[in-house]
Amino acid sequence: MDRNKLYPWYFTSGALIIFFLLCFLPGIIGILYSFTDWNNFTDQINFIGIKNYLEVFQGKPEYRMYIWNTVVFTTITTIMKTIVGLILALLLTQKVIKLKNFHRMIIFSPQVMSYLVVGLVFKSMLHPQTGFLNGFLNSIGLDFLAMNWLTDLKWVFPTVMSVDTWKGMGYIMVVIIAGLMSISPDYYEAANIDGANFWEKFRLITLPLLKPIIINVTILNVTYGFRVFDMIYSLTNGGPGNATGVINTAVYKEFSKGNYAMGTTLSSILFFVLLFLLYFIIKSMENKEVEM
Amino acid sequence: MSSLKKLVGTITVNIVALLTSLIVLIPLVVLFLNSFKTQGESNKMSLSLPKEWIFANYKTVIEQGKLVSSFFNSLLYATCSVLIITTVVAAAAFVIARNRKGINNIIYYFIISGIAIPINNVALMEVLKALHLVNTRIGIILIYAAINIPLSLFLSYGFISTIPREIDEAAVIDGCGPVKLFVKIILPLLKPIIATLFVLNFMAVWNDFTMPLYYLNNSAKWPMTLAVYNFFGAYENSWNLVSADIMLTLLPVLVVFILGQKYIVGGVAAGSVKG
Repeated sequence: MDRNKLYPWYFTSGALIIFFLLCFLPGIIGILYSFTDWNNFTDQINFIGIKNYLEVFQGKPEYRMYIWNTVVFTTITTIMKTIVGLILALLLTQKVIKLKNFHRMIIFSPQVMSYLVVGLVFKSMLHPQTGFLNGFLNSIGLDFLAMNWLTDLKWVFPTVMSVDTWKGMGYIMVVIIAGLMSISPDYYEAANIDGANFWEKFRLITLPLLKPIIINVTILNVTYGFRVFDMIYSLTNGGPGNATGVINTAVYKEFSKGNYAMGTTLSSILFFVLLFLLYFIIKSMENKEVEM
Repeated sequence: MSSLKKLVGTITVNIVALLTSLIVLIPLVVLFLNSFKTQGESNKMSLSLPKEWIFANYKTVIEQGKLVSSFFNSLLYATCSVLIITTVVAAAAFVIARNRKGINNIIYYFIISGIAIPINNVALMEVLKALHLVNTRIGIILIYAAINIPLSLFLSYGFISTIPREIDEAAVIDGCGPVKLFVKIILPLLKPIIATLFVLNFMAVWNDFTMPLYYLNNSAKWPMTLAVYNFFGAYENSWNLVSADIMLTLLPVLVVFILGQKYIVGGVAAGSVKG
């Protein structure tokens, strides 16, 4: 039987053409344009070499701030989501918990809401005067804890990252629960006979066997973190000032100002970073088929 | 003594679980209650019940917020792009899973690399201009199809690999060509993965906000996310109306979530859902 005849290549052409035209091509064109002074104010486009990249890395400090913020956001949210997700997964697989599935469903549910809506929900909840959180803190006598959550420079970035964790932790929890379920109970029985306590079982059985899953969720969180846009745009729009601006909010800002070349340069930097990580991402995804 | 200790432990972990669920639920309950209050009452957000339940808030929001037209826009974008995705992805995944050699292997890695690689939105605008798709419904539908193809292909590839090849061979002996084999024999076997693709992609498109922000500047074509964002900006002092608007936007996804729970969690376990 001729495989090429029975499974003709043109079956892939639909997916290939759409993906090529609207995902790959813009990436390549974008890189080419990042070496020009392309903008909305003149039709003329001049080649200017790596000047845009120099501007990002040596010019106005706000660009380096965007990159730094993106890295901080990615690192902190990845750590927070993994730790909180792991704790919740361990908690909601304990036999003594009542209504396990109900809790799991509730904690997972923010995952299905759009980032924009979650952003708006918290923008109203965290409003300094009318918001729920400060009202609640005042009513129980903890006035000193009430903050300008989204406008105070000291608090705004931790707040944004906490909201992101609120939304993302349930998803990580579900993935880790799936991993926990696949660990054979025999290991724990053997450990019980040897008199191991909870910590020892966690450290010596659970954690090593969960390693592939933890690597997977880490990679997932990292790729999300680098590309974050909706959440920050709707919560703070990068403000106050540029305090919470990340690469993708900066791209939109440059785009709406008409500085297309700068927008596409920042976008291309993100492209290179994720291209560099791509090998690890694909490798971890392909392992998952076996692991889960 | 040890049984008392155990009891305390049981109660503690249950309280922790309950508190975590409450942290997730409270914002939604507050918004729900707020959406029925008067404007004055809603200015102080709290868990107290409305003094008087004002259902008219919802009517105001539907009229002022362009929610009906944006609801149908969202529905159109999500349905059409999901149909395109499932069709092209099922066909591609079938051929790649059955014959992953040479060019097919390259095509596979080429497409799934899109799971991680970000879209260059500025340059995509140029491509859309060249194709005359800027500010059109077809344009936005095709963009949604394009950005969701990679993950869908990855998930379907894994699924089709589990279907035995003997089925194909039997079909060929019975005189099936490639198209007939795919449409008549394989496609019916793909129902579970198609359901997963449908739910995951529907929600991804329904929830997206970035693409219309860049590529749709005509408010008649806005999906619900963009409509609610603009409503929020215009009515920032009427928290009752804003709450009602958010509630109405959440409703469709919550319904899909409750109906399609099995497929969502299945999709999460099978591969990875984008955050």
